[in-house]
Amino acid sequence: MKNWWKILAVLLLVFTVVAGLLTEVPRLAILNETIRNLYFHVPMWFGMILILLVSVVYSVKYLRNPSIKNDVIAFEAAKVGILFGVLGIVTGMEWAKFTWGEYWSNDPKQNGAAIGLLLYFAYLVLRSSFAEQQQRARISAVYNIFAFAALIPLLFILPRLTDSLHPGNGGNPGFNSYDLDNRLRLVFYPAVIGWTLLGIWIVNVKSRLELLKQRLYENH
Amino acid sequence: MLLKEVLSLMQKDFVLEWRQKYAFNGMLLYVSSTVFVCYLSFGLRSNVLTVPVWNAVLWIILLFTSVNAIAKSFMQENRGRLLYFYSIVSPQGVILSKILYNACLMLVLALICFVFYAFVLGNPVQDVPMFLLSILLGAIGFSTSLTMISGIASKAANSSTLMAVLSFPVIIPMLLMLIKMSKNALDGLDRGASLDELLTLLAINMIVITVSYILFPYLWRS
Repeated sequence: MKNWWKILAVLLLVFTVVAGLLTEVPRLAILNETIRNLYFHVPMWFGMILILLVSVVYSVKYLRNPSIKNDVIAFEAAKVGILFGVLGIVTGMEWAKFTWGEYWSNDPKQNGAAIGLLLYFAYLVLRSSFAEQQQRARISAVYNIFAFAALIPLLFILPRLTDSLHPGNGGNPGFNSYDLDNRLRLVFYPAVIGWTLLGIWIVNVKSRLELLKQRLYENH
Repeated sequence: MLLKEVLSLMQKDFVLEWRQKYAFNGMLLYVSSTVFVCYLSFGLRSNVLTVPVWNAVLWIILLFTSVNAIAKSFMQENRGRLLYFYSIVSPQGVILSKILYNACLMLVLALICFVFYAFVLGNPVQDVPMFLLSILLGAIGFSTSLTMISGIASKAANSSTLMAVLSFPVIIPMLLMLIKMSKNALDGLDRGASLDELLTLLAINMIVITVSYILFPYLWRS
């Protein structure tokens, strides 16, 4: 059973969707049923950070040991990280429409997330501007590590210095202060693990496909 | 050893700049014409220029000036000279000397820009030493992050577009901190109020310098 984690991912995600939409949740003013977004929006950011971390690890590995495999995994992981980031921002905007009244209310957390995505879109642009494979791999690995180092203060330090409407900031109760009770935790933790595993699965499939394509290309 | 390398590389940059006076004079003209354009567009209706706008426009001018000034730091070196450096000095020496040189250049340009800007558009700053400190931090911060970015961008084909695309997301958090800190200085708030921003800026600078120091050798090799 070497694919146990894929089965686990599917089971956890089925559980997340079913339990996330059907179980009891705390009744809170304003949030109401939108609190269920905790199972879909928050895991996107957890997943994004973890998958981008995978990407950075493979970029470091590429710099220490240049091989096509490390480069391909770093690139595919960055792309999946961006996908998670975009989904995170979209689910967040949808949620904000119902609780804050606007899709985009110039909130520090929203702005931070948007800048973070711009950093990684720049990574895609940078990659596409090199023709030669080895140079592209090395320089985008360098930028990937640099971007991740710039992302850390953006997501973890700056939002804490300013007031925000976002739960957990500026006097707004965070999910873990009073309402992340056991009923929410029961679904939230499986959701984080499930979505992250799904992301890793996508990276796995896409990088294998990419490596096969390159091998096919070399043989013909 | 590294210190000696950094010093002699910086000396080379300064001498080169002094002999050519190309980048510096160009940037000086850039700064003064931008400030003058702002003066002409605001001067007719001076009530539009509130303190936050004054501050934001100054930092935007400084941002574009630094992107343009620092973009040259690797592009102006020709291939032969880079190859020569590659054989005699360490990459760490190169990046540190470039960062320090750009910081000095940006500091001079930013101070000139501030003086000219305040002269032309009025000076609402209430706590000048604090404001100068934020300009100093801005010069250092811009030069640390933009030097590495210009190194990356200079390897690519369309480097000037790439420079803007890569540098803006990296620089925005720093710029937000700087605008907030200088806004506090403009309003003459208690200096303790800016301590958070100051420490964060220093921390971001340390992160960027460390990452550049570690990563530059890989960039240099190609």
